[in-house]
Amino acid sequence: MSLTNAANTPAVAAMKLRAEQLCVAFERDSKSVSVLEDITFDISDGEFICIVGRSGCGKSTLLNVLAGFLAPTSGSVIIDGEPVHGPDPRRILVFQEHGVFPWLTVEGNIGFGLSKLPRAEREHRVAHYVQMIGLQGFERTYPSDLSGGMKQRLQVARALAVNPDILYLDEAFGALDSITRLAMRKELLRIWQTERRTIIFVTHDIDEAVQLADRVVVLSSNPARIEDILTIDIRRPRNISSPHYLELRDKLLEQIGQAYTV
Amino acid sequence: MNSLSKPRNWEKYFWPVLAAALLFAIWHYCVVWTGTNIFPSPLDVEKGMAELLHKGVLWDDIGDSVRRVAVGFGAAAVTGIPLGLTLGLYPAANQMVNPVLQILRPISPIAWIPIAIILFGVGDRAAVFLIFLGAFFPIVLACVSGVSSVPSIFQRTGRNFGLSSTQLLARVVFPAALPQILIGLRIALGIAWVVVVAAEMIAVESGLGYLVIDSRNSGKRYDLVIAAMLLIGVIGLILDLGFRSLEGLPSVRWGFRHES
Repeated sequence: MSLTNAANTPAVAAMKLRAEQLCVAFERDSKSVSVLEDITFDISDGEFICIVGRSGCGKSTLLNVLAGFLAPTSGSVIIDGEPVHGPDPRRILVFQEHGVFPWLTVEGNIGFGLSKLPRAEREHRVAHYVQMIGLQGFERTYPSDLSGGMKQRLQVARALAVNPDILYLDEAFGALDSITRLAMRKELLRIWQTERRTIIFVTHDIDEAVQLADRVVVLSSNPARIEDILTIDIRRPRNISSPHYLELRDKLLEQIGQAYTV
Repeated sequence: MNSLSKPRNWEKYFWPVLAAALLFAIWHYCVVWTGTNIFPSPLDVEKGMAELLHKGVLWDDIGDSVRRVAVGFGAAAVTGIPLGLTLGLYPAANQMVNPVLQILRPISPIAWIPIAIILFGVGDRAAVFLIFLGAFFPIVLACVSGVSSVPSIFQRTGRNFGLSSTQLLARVVFPAALPQILIGLRIALGIAWVVVVAAEMIAVESGLGYLVIDSRNSGKRYDLVIAAMLLIGVIGLILDLGFRSLEGLPSVRWGFRHES
């Protein structure tokens, strides 16, 4: 069973997701290339998990398997006791950039997944999430007139609006500048703490992982295996210059195979 | 030019007007110097234009040409867009049909005139058919390429939110491809306007194309020929500008950012 951060998640959290001996192999030049090998882990309900690894190691492939966009070659993903067979509105994947629909306004994007709801409730929910991501006054604005950070907040809001149990983020802040990225992390933590979803966040940014996650899944490269699952036992809000933070960060860097001097 | 004191606003109009004026001046003096009495000067053309307006048939001719384009282009859009979307969505079908399209596409609609006359006789329907042919292929191809270049993350997002395949087409693929489809429609409209003139010279007895050929045949009225040519150019420009203004609509503007 997973270790959870007692300060941030309920003491006895139910299991949400189990990855069971996931393997993914692609055919390349009529040879089978293994990308993911024997990935097994459990994630509790409401947990914030980061998956880190070198670029190209298969992090995004793993996320696509967890989200149901890619069927594993062997093994299975079990969510709430049911095997995953495809994408589902109960778990939404947020992409790096250009994920919002440019032909819809802020309101249109947030309401995209809500077309089945009665109009009044849809408008109520859209207004709620516009407020949550601080885009009041931009309801009728098109994404091309928004900054990169606003667009990513919008993508997160569009995902949250359909009330998913799990949010998958694929390097969601990777294309943003470092100041915006820091603000986005705070924002995401605040949203996570009010909405209590399970979040699985793929990143290549070690600091991001240590700042956000309850636990960090470290992947090795070629093929990706689980190198370690590291519990980040720092209370939130986290002091990012405390010795323990630095210790955990250095440990992660080491596991990824990078010395922590430049 | 003292361009520093004034902003560039007036220059935007000044230089094009100057270029047009220069062209008219060259034209005028060429006519004067060569002493031709067949080729009209700009002033003759202006008088010819006034004569056409007074006779009252001009509006009928313009109306006929525009109507033929509207019907032929409209039919091409109504059939070409669904076909193009389908071929874009199903690459297997596209592979099957694409060679045929690629062979038919470079055939000028003018080459179809004999066939059009066999099929529809001399008359309106033959002209409309030629316009349809000219507009159809660019529309189909723009739709195919528009649909196949929709970023996969849009489609995946649509599926993630639980859309059925028809919903995916209506709410994701079509709006994502719309800017490219509009470009195809605009090109097709330009072609349709070129084709209507050619078609009217052969297949019918009204319209601006007919006006050109009739002015020449009945009394070598080259002032009317050139007046009609200028009208064809101006109306073509108006159609194009009208269509271009669609590119500024909020839900497609994102696809034309390089121009704004």
